Amino acid sequence: MTAKIMEKVTNKHLKAQVPDFAIGDTVDVHVKIVEGDKERVQIFNGTVIARKGSGINASFTVRRIVNNEGVERIFPIHSPNVVDIQVKRSGYTRRSKLYFLRDRIGKAVRLREKWIGTKN
Amino acid sequence: MTRVYDDKGVIVPVTVLQMGPCTVMQVKTEQTDGYNALQLGFGEIKKSRQKEPQKGHAKKANTDPKTFVREVRLNDEPQQQLGDQLKVDLFADIKYVDVVGTTKGKGFAGFIKRHGFKGQLASHGVERKHRSPGSIGVVSGNTGRGIRKGKKMSGHMGCERKTTKNHQVVSVDVENNLLIVKGPVAGSNNGYVTVSQAKTKK
Repeated sequence: MTAKIMEKVTNKHLKAQVPDFAIGDTVDVHVKIVEGDKERVQIFNGTVIARKGSGINASFTVRRIVNNEGVERIFPIHSPNVVDIQVKRSGYTRRSKLYFLRDRIGKAVRLREKWIGTKN
Repeated sequence: MTRVYDDKGVIVPVTVLQMGPCTVMQVKTEQTDGYNALQLGFGEIKKSRQKEPQKGHAKKANTDPKTFVREVRLNDEPQQQLGDQLKVDLFADIKYVDVVGTTKGKGFAGFIKRHGFKGQLASHGVERKHRSPGSIGVVSGNTGRGIRKGKKMSGHMGCERKTTKNHQVVSVDVENNLLIVKGPVAGSNNGYVTVSQAKTKK
């Protein structure tokens, strides 16, 4: 019964449609940024290395390399500040958390591209 | 606890409280009892576990016995009548609330957990005494007054009444009878609490 009550509270804050993306995908995350009274959208590009949590607690981690330095950002999926998530490229992975990418440098960071579509 | 987003998109940690509906079990007035109060009841009791005195008391209000019965003092004579149902709409205009709950039981806890003491060092010659309190007072001699009463030591922790003050009311859900307040409240999930308007913050 508790779970049902909690759902009633959190369901209002969930997004009606969550963009479809998976672990290993290279994504553009559109983040709303408020500076004073101005609003603008910033794009964070990188590889999705983890998805965690469920319901309103769901979040995902995006990793990218900036100036030879690894940068990771964690986004709550249902946050109104995460305006859009666009999949640019899909990587082939066999695991749900790609933390091993943290130990890799340079070309080794690349993931094999997922083959989508049909033959011919 | 759960989380919701405010209108700026910032996460707010919230506790969801089901506010009854509470039944008025007894109305106390200055003439009959010397003070003004309402006795409120909440929560069903299985029929086989209802006791006769409880049944008799509840019958006056035309309800079943309740698991959680608490008295609420009032300044003026209560307008509610026996058997009335109190719901969350009473809190519609209130911005801050105090919540009283019973904390989770921790059993026999050491003084580090119970009182936040630091214990002894990990090294520098300390042997087998890392989590001991050290001196607890002077017992012998002219200056010795013994261990003072109420000295903070190990012992039972938790299972006690605790008030958390000035919770911001995030939203009032009249339809589902829920009050959503900011921050954690004493006690376990599904525990019983009493909520009142904040005494200090308005």
